[in-house]
Parts: sequence; C-alpha cells; structure tokens
Amino acid sequence: MPASASWLDPDRLLTGGLRLCAAFSAALLILVVIFLLLQAGPVLDAIGPWRLFADDGWFPADTAAAGQFSIVALLAGSGAVAFGATVLAAPLAIASAVFCRFVAPPRIGQLFRRMLEVLAGVPSVVFGFWGLVVLVPLINRWQPPGASVLAGALVLGLMILPTIALLADSALRSVPRATLSAAAALGLSRWRTALQVALPAARGGVVTGIILGVARAIGETMAVLMVCGNVVQVPASVFEPVRTLTANIALEMAYAYGDHRSALFLTGLVLTLLVIALVLVAELGRGANARRTAHG
Amino acid sequence: MGDRLLAGVCWLAASIVAGGFAWLLGDIVMNGLGQINLMYLLMPVTDAGRAGGIGPVIVSTSLILVVCLSVSLPLGLATAIVLSEADDARWFGRLVRRSLDVLAGVPSIVFGLFGYAVFGLALGLGFSILSGGLTLACMVLPILIRSIEQGLRAVPIDIRHAAAALGMQRWRTLVAVLLPAAAPGVLVGVVLGIGRAAAETAALLFTSGYVARMPDSLLDSGRSLSVHIFDLALNVAGGEPRAYAAALVLIVALAVVNLTAISLSERLLSSRINPA
Repeated sequence: MPASASWLDPDRLLTGGLRLCAAFSAALLILVVIFLLLQAGPVLDAIGPWRLFADDGWFPADTAAAGQFSIVALLAGSGAVAFGATVLAAPLAIASAVFCRFVAPPRIGQLFRRMLEVLAGVPSVVFGFWGLVVLVPLINRWQPPGASVLAGALVLGLMILPTIALLADSALRSVPRATLSAAAALGLSRWRTALQVALPAARGGVVTGIILGVARAIGETMAVLMVCGNVVQVPASVFEPVRTLTANIALEMAYAYGDHRSALFLTGLVLTLLVIALVLVAELGRGANARRTAHG
Repeated sequence: MGDRLLAGVCWLAASIVAGGFAWLLGDIVMNGLGQINLMYLLMPVTDAGRAGGIGPVIVSTSLILVVCLSVSLPLGLATAIVLSEADDARWFGRLVRRSLDVLAGVPSIVFGLFGYAVFGLALGLGFSILSGGLTLACMVLPILIRSIEQGLRAVPIDIRHAAAALGMQRWRTLVAVLLPAAAPGVLVGVVLGIGRAAAETAALLFTSGYVARMPDSLLDSGRSLSVHIFDLALNVAGGEPRAYAAALVLIVALAVVNLTAISLSERLLSSRINPA
C-alpha cells in the first residue's frame, strides 16, 4: 500500500479531527471551572476566600462591601440533607442488592432490578413534586412546618437509592464464581457467603456506589428546592427547614446582580470542587478494588 | 436460622423500596391520568398552566433535545472512537477518560451556571432553546461517550484485524466496518442521553427559561416539560392538578425511553457473548 506522506492523507485528517474532538470533550471540564472562576472573580477579589466562612451570615448585596457572604449555613444545609439521605438509603440499597443476588428467586430479582433502573430514570423534579404534595403535608401534621431536613433526606434517599443499589449489585455480580464455589465447598451457609464472602469481596464497588450517591445528593437541586423550606440556617433538628447550596443558586440567580451574582458563581465553584473531590475518591476506591481482584 | 434472618431482612428492605416506588408512581398515575387526553397534549398553555394543554411545552422540549443531540452526538461519537482505540497506558486516553468521569459528577445546576455564562452571556444567545440545548449537550456528553465506547469495544478485534489485513485504510475501516457494527451501542447511548436530558430541570432554569408560548425560532425562550412541572408545583397557586398531569406525561415518556435503552443494551450484551 503506498503510504502517502502528504498530510492531506484522509487517514491523517481523520485521526487529527477525531483527536481534536476528544481533546475538546476532555477540556470541557476545565472550561466549566474557568468560566465559573471568571464570573466569580470580582467577588473573590473583593472578599477573598476566608470571608465565605468568617462572615456573619448569607446577606448578599449588589456590592461586596455592603454584603455578608458566609456559606456556613448553606454548607450545613447541603451536608445535613445529603448525610440524612445517605444514612437512609445506603443500608436499604445494600440489602436490596443482596436481595437481587442471593435471596430473591431469579425472576423476582430480575424484575426488582428493572424497577430500580426505571426508578433511577425518574426526573428529580417529579421526586420533588411528590415530596411537596405528599410527604411535606404528612410531616407537617406531625412536626410543623413539614418542609424540613427530614423531608429532603427522605426524598433524596429514595432518589439515590437506585444508584447505590445498582452499583452494589454489579459489584456483587463481578465477584468471581470460584470465590462463591469455594465458600459453598467449605460448607458455608448462604447468609455467611453473602455477608462474609461476597460483600467483603465487592466492598470497593459498594463504597464507590455510596460515594457517588453522596455526590448526587449534594449536587441535587430541584427536589431539595421543593421540599426543604429554603430558610438559611444551621438546622437544630431534622424538623427544621434549611437551604442548600444548590437551592440557593436556583432561588437567587433569577434576580441577582453585580457582586451578588458573582457570589452565586463562587458557591457554584465550591460545589463543583466538593463533587470533584468525591468523584476522585470514588475513582481511587474503584482502582484499588480492581487491583485487589486482579491479585486475589 | 441465619439464612432465614438474612432472607427476612432482605425481603423487608426490598418491600420498603418497592413500596416507596409504588407510592410515588401510584400517586402520580391516580391524580394525573384523568386529565390527560389528546387536547391536553396539543392545546396551548393558558392561565399560567391551570388550563389549556402542554402543546408548546412539548414542542420546546423536543427542540431542546434536537439541539442537544445534534451537537453532542458527533462530538461524543468522535471522542468514543478515539477512546475505544486508545491504549489505556498512554496519557491521552487516560486523561480524557478521567476528565469525563469527573464531568459526569458535576451538578446540573452548575451546568446551568456555565451555560448561562457561556451561551447566554458570552455568545449572546440569551434565554433561548439554543442556550438550553447546548447546555444539555455538555451535560449528557459523558454518558453518551461511555455507552458509544462500550458499543465500539463490543466489535470483535478479529473484525478490525481482518479489515487491516485487507489493506483497508483507517477511515474506510471506520465507516464501512466499525460504525455499522457499533450502531446498536450508539443507539443505546442516544436513548440514554435523551433520557438524561429530558429529565433535566436545574440546568434549564436560566438557559432556556420559562416562556410557555409556542417558540418561533431556536433563539426564542422555550419551557421544557420538567420546568413546566416545577413552575406549576411551586409558583402557580392551584397548579397542582395540572402538575400531576404533566408529571405523568414526563414519567411515561421517560419510562419508555429508559426501558428501550435497557432492552437494547441487554440484546447487545448477549450478542457479544454468542456472535451470530
């Protein structure tokens, strides 16, 4: 085959073009961070990063000098709701995954997994709407006002459950058959096999699932915006309303100007860095797990 | 004894999950079903959504999806081709992959901020269907690339070798051999991407906006179905019944989309195991 040296050679053009597209896809993440930084720049220059934690509260104004920009209460709101959701969802999700793999008859396990997959695709605005019209009034009858950390944690918990359960399920599925056969040959009962052999072997995948669930909970906007009450405060109990970082952006972007808007981009940047850190930790876990299975 | 305990705990957990799912779904179907008819799907939005239908909203949603896919599909396909042939030990493939993994985790509201700053302000598109669609294109790119890459990797290496042995050029191999063979995977990716994009609300609030009129062009603001539900639920007094109806339409559409993606990808997996 005559190799053309010209760089009009279609193969070279193709390779170059494809690589350019791939490079652009990879650069998108950097572009997101750069644009957030550009928009956050004015307020970051004016107040520096420390006033985000040292100010008296979140009282934004159009000029940095007139406002207070503490995100402590917003971080507490995001943290409380995400923590509650994870505590509710993780045990149920892991039990659901064990149910699919070890307990349920195959047909029911399959059906259950299909249900989880559909549940994972339900839009967050629908979860939020259901929480608003069903859960919040119920909690209100018990502990007013109803729109609260608890409502947020319940709705978010149901939302992140499929993510954790499906990742745990696929981690359990990838436990080598030889490992399970060995457990059976040793005469281990089914529950010992599930709890003491399969789950420890799938630990990496399960932990990754939980971390990605936390990341999804922290990044979620619509559902918490609709059920958490949106009062900027550090909650004293699970029945108090809170406002999360994400809900704050959605609420205030509509009318924010000047340094106020810039501050919202800054909180977006904080949110992004938080989630990036979580995803990288999850990736590390997955990598460590892959190495362990390769050696084991 | 232990076996029974484990079975009991797991059945209980599964029932709680299934119960929550049934509660959510049942509530929306029961309250939404009675209001849906052909007129509802076609009529314009009147009285802030308390009356009329969702015709323009469906048109805007479709236009946003079309914009989203027509940008993300070529870009995603190209990136997936590079990744599927990249050697993971080399830095370039690893960098692209890691970067996309992180991008997949970026919260949708942050994509909203990004889209507002880039498409709305910097490119001057303002609140428009174009801004919204482009923002969603950035958002669905990681999920699109991942499934297309899986489809490409499912093409047996023998086929690539055979094409190389015949002396086919790379681009010919790609167009005539790899892409047709990877088509089902591409389809799964597209369907998953549509599912993710149609479910999105937060990224559209300040990119495609709230306007519920029938859009005249891609530069008009257009309200997506998800934004319509949000607006009716939170901002319109007495909008609740109509929010149920819109939520039911969205859930049914997404269930169809997601089940299609799942069954397609399962067929893909089984065909990889027993090549016909």
